[in-house]
Amino acid sequence: MAVVFKAPHALCDVPMHYCPGCTHGIAHRLVAEAIDELEIEGKTVGVSPVGCSYNNYLYFNCDMVQASHGRAPAVATGIKRCLPENIVFTYQGDGDLAAIGTAEIIHAAARGENITVIFINNTIYGMTSGQMAPTTLLGQITTTSPYGRDPKAHGYPIRVCEMLATLEGPAYIERVSLHDIKHIKKAKEAVKKAFKVQIAGKGFSLVEILSTCPTNWGLDPVESLKRIEKELIPHYPLGVFAGSDLEV
Amino acid sequence: MLHEIIIAGFGGQGILSAGRLLAYAGMLDDKEVSFLPSYGPEMRGGTANCMVVISDSAIASPVLNSCSALIVMNNPSLEKFESWLKPGGILITDSSLVRNKIKRTDIKTFELPATQYALDADNKAYSNIFLLGKLIKETGCVKVESFEKALYNILPEKKHYMIPEEMAVLKAGMDY
Amino acid sequence: MGQKLLMKGNEVIAEAAIRAGCRHYFGYPITPQTEIAHYMAKAMPKVGGVFLQAESEVSAINMVYGAASTGKRVMTSSSSPGISLKMEGISYAAGAQLPAVIVNIMRGGPGLGGIQPSQSDYFQATKGGGHGDYHMVVLAPSSVQELYELTVEAFNIADRYRILTMILGDGVLGQMMEVVNFRDEEKIETYDKSWATCGHNNEREHNIITSIHIDPVILEQWNNDLQKKYRLIYEKEQRYELYNCENADIILVAYGSVARICKGVIKEAKEQGINIGLVRPITLWPFPVDAFEKVIDIPSAFLTVEMSAGQMVEDVRLTVNGKKPVYFTGRMGGMIPTVNDIMSKIYEIKNELKI
Repeated sequence: MAVVFKAPHALCDVPMHYCPGCTHGIAHRLVAEAIDELEIEGKTVGVSPVGCSYNNYLYFNCDMVQASHGRAPAVATGIKRCLPENIVFTYQGDGDLAAIGTAEIIHAAARGENITVIFINNTIYGMTSGQMAPTTLLGQITTTSPYGRDPKAHGYPIRVCEMLATLEGPAYIERVSLHDIKHIKKAKEAVKKAFKVQIAGKGFSLVEILSTCPTNWGLDPVESLKRIEKELIPHYPLGVFAGSDLEV
Repeated sequence: MLHEIIIAGFGGQGILSAGRLLAYAGMLDDKEVSFLPSYGPEMRGGTANCMVVISDSAIASPVLNSCSALIVMNNPSLEKFESWLKPGGILITDSSLVRNKIKRTDIKTFELPATQYALDADNKAYSNIFLLGKLIKETGCVKVESFEKALYNILPEKKHYMIPEEMAVLKAGMDY
Repeated sequence: MGQKLLMKGNEVIAEAAIRAGCRHYFGYPITPQTEIAHYMAKAMPKVGGVFLQAESEVSAINMVYGAASTGKRVMTSSSSPGISLKMEGISYAAGAQLPAVIVNIMRGGPGLGGIQPSQSDYFQATKGGGHGDYHMVVLAPSSVQELYELTVEAFNIADRYRILTMILGDGVLGQMMEVVNFRDEEKIETYDKSWATCGHNNEREHNIITSIHIDPVILEQWNNDLQKKYRLIYEKEQRYELYNCENADIILVAYGSVARICKGVIKEAKEQGINIGLVRPITLWPFPVDAFEKVIDIPSAFLTVEMSAGQMVEDVRLTVNGKKPVYFTGRMGGMIPTVNDIMSKIYEIKNELKI
């Protein structure tokens, strides 16, 4: 009998703690599949963030280091500078990367640090129960913007890919989405390419993955996927922002 | 012997390099030495000073509150440090720049027009060496040969051609 | 044979680190310790090492966290305000049991304070500073030679116990030049680092470096293990110098550059017919209680001297535990206590105790 589908080796065989309908699980799988296909598990070191995925060190089968809030790119820099032949990635949410860790991500990108960043953007703080994130859309209701995000009071959502693409350091930046099978397949290619960019020594790579948070959005899983398409993508357009002609 | 030396003046007069040369020469003489520079914004054109200790035995404190010899290269430094000299101590001033009256009478004072000498020699960098000459002559804190060796060790090779002239300046200071 | 050089304290720290096998340094500029970074920037490329100027102290300490996770010898340095910024990362690295060396060349505070020497970060260094029940080993050199010896030792201690070791100096020590004798070859102690996250190479289970344990039962056990390690260090690693303590009327307690001034005081006092001793803690954590056990019966009183409002004096009082009076004198804000300052305090105590 031919095996047509199996769990990636780079994912540990343990139950995950994520909410029903949350796309973290899919994102994890894409990262693990890329690691498997590139046969790099043995030399990969991942960095876990603070946020819902804080303990994904239990899920990824490679060596893992848990970082303090927002500092994953600095921690990854320390690892990569010690182990230049190894593969180092961070996995960060939007609060971690785009609020408290803004300085770290910008400077890792500006240095062209040869690491891969998996950036989960679900426009909200999940772990601490639904507060406004730097990526929260205008009008979006959260526990700390209960009347909707108002630009006069809360400012505007940050487009991380576009912002980092203004720098010369990044080799590859792409924004993808997990709202349907077609886009998940594209996301997989982007994640894999990001690792290949690092393996080729080309420098900083980042994939922003538009994701759901049914629990804190107050939507069911299917409606959540629809929200990505209807509300997130118009504000966060998909595409390649750096390294579109980069062959790896 | 214990030499507790303070060198003070404006930043840019070679105060710190003079102190470092002395400490280095002291090390070559197999003495215990310490060199403590002032640091921070005052180094950029304000007042600068350094404390050098050269001793036959282990140095207790590199931080001085009094001294046995003092070189001052501007008026504010004379104001600040004149009272620090121990009775019988040695005060050496750059009289081209230090015009204030020296109040102490219980010390040995040597006034040398070091800046004028350096201008005449067409090298502003010589004023500190000129004064060090006098200090070495009057205190015997380091050997002249050691001072010369210190110059060779501290200065980058491309500047070694200047050392014979600097030694001539040192000797001129000794003999002034 | 060795190598005898006249060097600045800060530069000696950097050179010592390289000699101890440190090949990764992450820092951010701040006076009065920047020469460490200058030296590293020049020297590291020559030995195949990495010097990286981070975007902030926060990033620098987290780079240290990442680098230490790989099991490599790693260092960062800063001065007081910068060390405050590093405190988050220090707590995490302590929690994750990562070995690394952190240098604090203290300046006057609080806030931005000044740039002149101070010892006002004693509490921060020895009592926590960051959150949680943790300790760093804190070493307090008092000469340029000792900056060398203790920096090398700091790396050995860090690796031996999987602990952060701090070199606690001040602006005087960092900026002053003295003669340093380097050994021809450094004996680098090596320890098991099978815990390191450097890629499992498909040869073992994955390693995890973390400071988070959401289950309080597990976190308490983790803390118990930490405390066990701290007790072991407390028993094994206390270091101190006893100087002129036999027959001393008063024993001074001071560390770092202030201990040097106190040696000047002892000399001066001898000329005035007063016998003064010195207990110089070399480890500030663990605090050298053994030293006090040895001398407790000798003096009429202890006098702690610090460049602070009185921080170490609390540990001296705890240790002396009421058996002898403990006095304090100090200067703050970058001012250095003078021999005269300390002598007048000694006379004040002599009058008060009628000795």
